[in-house]
Amino acid sequence: MSSGKGNTSPAARVSSFVLLIIFVTLALALAALVLAIYLYNTAPEVAVYWLLLGFIGLALSTYVLFQTRQRILRLRIETPPITTTIECRKCGFKSVREFQRGDYIFKEVEPCQKCNEKMIITAIYREVRERGKTPSFPY
Amino acid sequence: MAALFVLKDQLFQLPGGDIFSQILTLIIYAFIFISIFYGQRIQLYIMLREVEGSLYKLKYIRDEGRRIAIETIKEIGKPQTDPTARVDRFLEYFTITPQSLDPAGIVWKLEHILDVRDARFKDEVRLLAPAADETQANNLENTLEAAMALNYIYKVIRHYYLLGKKTLSLYIIMQIQMILPLVMREAEAYASALKAFAYGQPIGDGVGALVAAKLMHGYPVRKVPKDCVVAEVPLEGRTAYVIKAEGPGGNVGKPGDAIKTIIEENEGKIANIIMIDAALKLEGEEVGEVAEGVGAAIGGPGVDQFKIEETILKYRIPINAVIIKEDIGDAVSPMRKEIFEAADKAIERIRQVILERTKEGDKVIIAGVGNTIGIGQ
Repeated sequence: MSSGKGNTSPAARVSSFVLLIIFVTLALALAALVLAIYLYNTAPEVAVYWLLLGFIGLALSTYVLFQTRQRILRLRIETPPITTTIECRKCGFKSVREFQRGDYIFKEVEPCQKCNEKMIITAIYREVRERGKTPSFPY
Repeated sequence: MAALFVLKDQLFQLPGGDIFSQILTLIIYAFIFISIFYGQRIQLYIMLREVEGSLYKLKYIRDEGRRIAIETIKEIGKPQTDPTARVDRFLEYFTITPQSLDPAGIVWKLEHILDVRDARFKDEVRLLAPAADETQANNLENTLEAAMALNYIYKVIRHYYLLGKKTLSLYIIMQIQMILPLVMREAEAYASALKAFAYGQPIGDGVGALVAAKLMHGYPVRKVPKDCVVAEVPLEGRTAYVIKAEGPGGNVGKPGDAIKTIIEENEGKIANIIMIDAALKLEGEEVGEVAEGVGAAIGGPGVDQFKIEETILKYRIPINAVIIKEDIGDAVSPMRKEIFEAADKAIERIRQVILERTKEGDKVIIAGVGNTIGIGQ
């Protein structure tokens, strides 16, 4: 349905406030890590806390950023390509192409390349590749 | 007893020990306290969050549906004015079913209401898209109906979400959260149906019409009421009246009226009726599985099924059904290869039924039921 182009739905937009918070947290986490490196030689006990804080902040902001992206990706509705099969009833010549608006089953289309007879659309369908179709136990 | 004292010391060791164990103990106490007194509330917020996530997706799908409908109208219908306001009005359209306190004659009342609805939809589409031909107008009508269904689903889920949030009732939220996966499946199915309708692609529900089209192709067809076509096809030494909705526009016709017309034209001398339709499969069943049974295989509000049953009862005509199994998603989205291939298997079954259940020279009716969008004859 949508390939991501021209997404105008507010549901598909990421709040700029959320993004700001994520990036501020990320910046603070990086600052904490840098501070931890500076303090490592002078006060190693304090440096450990800053290190911990930095990693937690880094992990949290990355996770939230990743989740926000995932939400947008989950919103997309993929439509597999539809193929149209055209056949010549006289000589059996067959051609397959992408569906075009106006195609319908049993529509007469362009003449056959081999025998010049009018060809007809014999099939319009989509192919679905199912993920993890093998059953985990015999049904 | 000694063990209990040790446990007591361990549990209430706040004043002693290092600062970390004290903080940890406090956190554990706070956690237990929150779980006891606010556990249900936390569960409620988790559920609300889950429903909210789905509501976001539903809103996106609804908006996309509306956008596709408007774009298709602009592209095909070439309206003079912006159709957006009219489309928005159309999306809010509703139908009130007849009163059933006294159910006698309700089918005819329902049929009348559905006819009025259908006529109103067609008029609206003509106003929205004046340049569209009949096929395109039918496809547009289907597109708008899918957008309307998405709008309705979104509004119902939003209603329960907001009601749950307002009342903070776990049970209201729980109800909607439990059926949410099924609702989402249906909404996603309608979302993929939208583009199929807008482009005029055959959908899974049209497999019955496809079977009929394959049988009647190459034979002269004539129109029968309402919005159906029939062809006399010689099949295994019998005469088969093959019926389907008139394509290739999005149309289901009224197979009940068409079957009744053919039976009455032949004064009831029909040896057998075979109906072919798509049927919902159970999880675990294969898409495109063909099954056979008896009865009127037709969905919808029940008017056509009622008419068929009334007519066959009057003339005592046996009725058989061949169904092609698919799930709700496959039924309203572009036809899958497995379903397309199942049409040939269904034709084989029909031939078998004819050979087993009728004699040479008999007349049979073969009715392919379903939306004939993208399927000619």
